[in-house]
Amino acid sequence: MAGLAAKFGSGAMTNSVAEIAENDALLVIGSNTTENHPIIGLRMKEAVAKGARLIVADPRRIPLVKFATLWLRQKPGTDAVLLNAIMHVILEEGLEDRDFITRRTEAFEEFEASLAPFTAEFGAEATGVPAEDIRKAARIFGSAVNAGIYYAMGITQHSMGTNNVHAVGNLAMLTGNVGKRAAGVNPLRGQNNVQGACDMGCLPNVYPGYQSVAIPGMQQKFEAAWGGTLSGKPGLPATEMTGAMLAGSLKGMYVFGENPALSDPNTSHSLKAFKNLEFLVVQDIFLTETAELADVVLPGSSFAEKNGTFTSSERRIQRVRQAIASPGEARNDLAIIDQIYRSFAAGSVAEYRLPDAAAVFEEAASLWPEIAGVNYQRLDKDSICWPCPAPDHPGTPFLFKAMFSREGGRALFTAVPQVLSDELPDEQYPFVLTTGRELFHYHTGTMTRRSAGLNAVAPEAFVEINPVDADGLGVHSGESLRVTSRRGMIDLKARVSGIVPPQVVFIPFHYREAAANLLTNDAMDPVCRIMEAKVCAVRIEKNMS
Amino acid sequence: MIHLTIDDKSIEVPAGTTVLEAARQLDIDIPTLCYDSRLKPYGACRLCIVEIAGFPKPVTSCTTPAADNMVVRTNSALLHRLRKTTIELLLSDHPNDCMVCVRSGDCTLQELAYLYDVRENRFSGGMRDHNRPDANPFIQRDQNKCVMCGLCVRVCEEVQGVGAIGYSNRGFEAKVCPPFEKDLNCEFCGQCVSVCPTGALSGKMWAGQPRQEGVKLTDSTCTYCGCGCNITLHSHGDRLIRVSSKKTSHNRGWLCVKGRFGYDFVNRGDRLTTPLIRREKGGALEPASWDEAVQFVVTRMAGIKEKHGPDALAGLASARCTNEENYLFQKFFRSVIGTNNIDHCARY
Ligand code: SF4
Ligand code: SF4
Ligand code: SF4
Ligand code: FES
Repeated sequence: MAGLAAKFGSGAMTNSVAEIAENDALLVIGSNTTENHPIIGLRMKEAVAKGARLIVADPRRIPLVKFATLWLRQKPGTDAVLLNAIMHVILEEGLEDRDFITRRTEAFEEFEASLAPFTAEFGAEATGVPAEDIRKAARIFGSAVNAGIYYAMGITQHSMGTNNVHAVGNLAMLTGNVGKRAAGVNPLRGQNNVQGACDMGCLPNVYPGYQSVAIPGMQQKFEAAWGGTLSGKPGLPATEMTGAMLAGSLKGMYVFGENPALSDPNTSHSLKAFKNLEFLVVQDIFLTETAELADVVLPGSSFAEKNGTFTSSERRIQRVRQAIASPGEARNDLAIIDQIYRSFAAGSVAEYRLPDAAAVFEEAASLWPEIAGVNYQRLDKDSICWPCPAPDHPGTPFLFKAMFSREGGRALFTAVPQVLSDELPDEQYPFVLTTGRELFHYHTGTMTRRSAGLNAVAPEAFVEINPVDADGLGVHSGESLRVTSRRGMIDLKARVSGIVPPQVVFIPFHYREAAANLLTNDAMDPVCRIMEAKVCAVRIEKNMS
Repeated sequence: MIHLTIDDKSIEVPAGTTVLEAARQLDIDIPTLCYDSRLKPYGACRLCIVEIAGFPKPVTSCTTPAADNMVVRTNSALLHRLRKTTIELLLSDHPNDCMVCVRSGDCTLQELAYLYDVRENRFSGGMRDHNRPDANPFIQRDQNKCVMCGLCVRVCEEVQGVGAIGYSNRGFEAKVCPPFEKDLNCEFCGQCVSVCPTGALSGKMWAGQPRQEGVKLTDSTCTYCGCGCNITLHSHGDRLIRVSSKKTSHNRGWLCVKGRFGYDFVNRGDRLTTPLIRREKGGALEPASWDEAVQFVVTRMAGIKEKHGPDALAGLASARCTNEENYLFQKFFRSVIGTNNIDHCARY
């Protein structure tokens, strides 16, 4: 979440989930919340039931549209222009929060100037949303007392994802909707512990707690804590690892609990990369597509077989507790890592032992002041949202009440230019493909596709296609379509539906036998290195074979 | 604030509080079947009746707002008799099925029959027969056990916003079912199952699993999405047999289909149960001992580090695994291997 961190000094959800029900206005953009974050979706429905006005901006008619006051159906990849046009109208009609802008932000003048070309009419032209709806959205959002913004991969998984996040942040700042209750800028995290993995330093440029590896003071702090010397050179982000594997500079990988061979955009590329490795270790509970390529597979534990903590999207640290034993010789994941750690340090196989999860957490808490007040005794009574700097601190439902975490304490406005998707439809590939999740499955389906019930209600991959396009191709629901991009080709069943607009198709990415990521683009956002999994150009044909 | 007296205890409550809510604040137990603090009051079961001074007849406390100077009695011979009659009526066409019912021991109706000592039935008469199989994979409907409390219909409408179930027919033949009596085809969140006070709605996956004996409950956190719902794992031996969630959790007891019914992957037969090693390039993955596997990992990774430097190695951590595991994993790469080549897969 490089975009938000640059603006505010932190990239997490600014507000807690319970506050959603207190919003007067909500803007949900690039998040199919009821399917991907169902319980957060319930809070949104609750807000609407209490009279809040909901704006949904999404190319697909997602289920939340049913509850919306206003639905903006922007063309895929035009989110930032849409947001800019909304902000242009807010300024035109004097709906901005001058007091907040003066007291709590910087770089407003340049930003204001950058919005000049983004009139409602210009926005309508670029996004396909009627100018009048852009104005309506500006009025709803701009006149609300408490307005919250919610977004997910739908706007971040683009080559211009960072720009989109900047635009979302600008909107909250312009209207004074950040740093207070029941508002804010809220990225909804896809997997259960994305927040925690980031917090714990599983990022190439920062130690636990977002402390930069490139700052010598930080390096010394962690050297003192861990012993030995640490590298001050930022590492490779996951998306650049593929290239390094293919180039041969990256020779050995240890993949823990993930299935990158299937989840990475441009899958055939990443499969080739993994095959090119000299040595691959995979630690998982199933023989995933990635594990099949490994030299060593280590059988780990499911969430029901271990003790620890997860940190949810709202920065809430919560206990995970062991209920059952692992099957066969499968072992506790923390113990596996611990044994390899000590064996590598000693140069020979160290004795197996089960480390105390509470003590590991305590060590992390001693190195990151924002969670210094959190420990297992407290977590056993109740979960805590960080920041929680002291043992008697109650935790923090919303961030930046007094100041932002950037140097100087102010939030930064950022001009966001119009950037086009890396790959636009053309004569050869006339359709826009977007990918995403569906309610009944999760990620690459490693778990959900092994759940009998979930697999029964959602057994196979499909491609959603608008009735107009289906007519043009002479295809009916259930018939097979061949979807081809510059990178690959898959066959799957058509689901004819007005959920997608004409010229746009949607494929969920959970299915290994029709992996959507064989088609998608690995063009990258230049700042935060997220692949453009959301938009690419494809050709669609009726499958004759 | 409103001041009232319940069973000789006085209490102040804000305007809009119901008599039932005020009584609960005083820890006074009034039986209910159709009430749930997370839903709007409904007033259907008439078990929550109380006597209020000045009122000609008992009234349902769940729908009566507290008023200043009210004097309320929650228990009397009359109330007891009326409640007992209500329960007898409910049981008169209820299948006497507790022995083999999945909800036995965890059923409001059964508990009420026990507390009010309803043994024989004065009203025994015709049994309804509403049962027809519902082919959905998650939710078992046993409509003969329905007491028409309306909780399932209301939760689906008020909380889930789906409205997949409604009432059909009236009186004795009344029942709760999806529109046009088709199979359920909804979000399968199971909210309805979680509020049903009887065995009328249950999880298909729960059938035939132990109910109480040997069942262990463990509070934990859902493994699927970033909502971080609090769940309670029901296990028997090394098997997960059910997932539930507490009303007091931040998710208020609500879950989605993945969290509530998607747990069976844990006990799948194709779990990895032994380390595997590819002893030579191009060969097959073969079972190995842990010592051999750890030795292999350490030797090969150390060899790469020696020959090509620490930056020729990288780790991909998991947005699925715990904070502690992720912390130790990155510490291993940074402090022992000596590289910052560490990331996780889902950068969003
Ligand atoms: S499972 Fe959920 S959506 Fe389906 S009927 Fe029950 S409450 Fe409604
Ligand atoms: S099915 Fe259960 S929750 Fe629904 S009305 Fe009948 S008893 Fe009540
Ligand atoms: S129960 Fe559903 S909404 Fe809640 S954390 Fe699990 S997957 Fe997410
Ligand atoms: S609980 Fe009041 S009528 Fe049912």
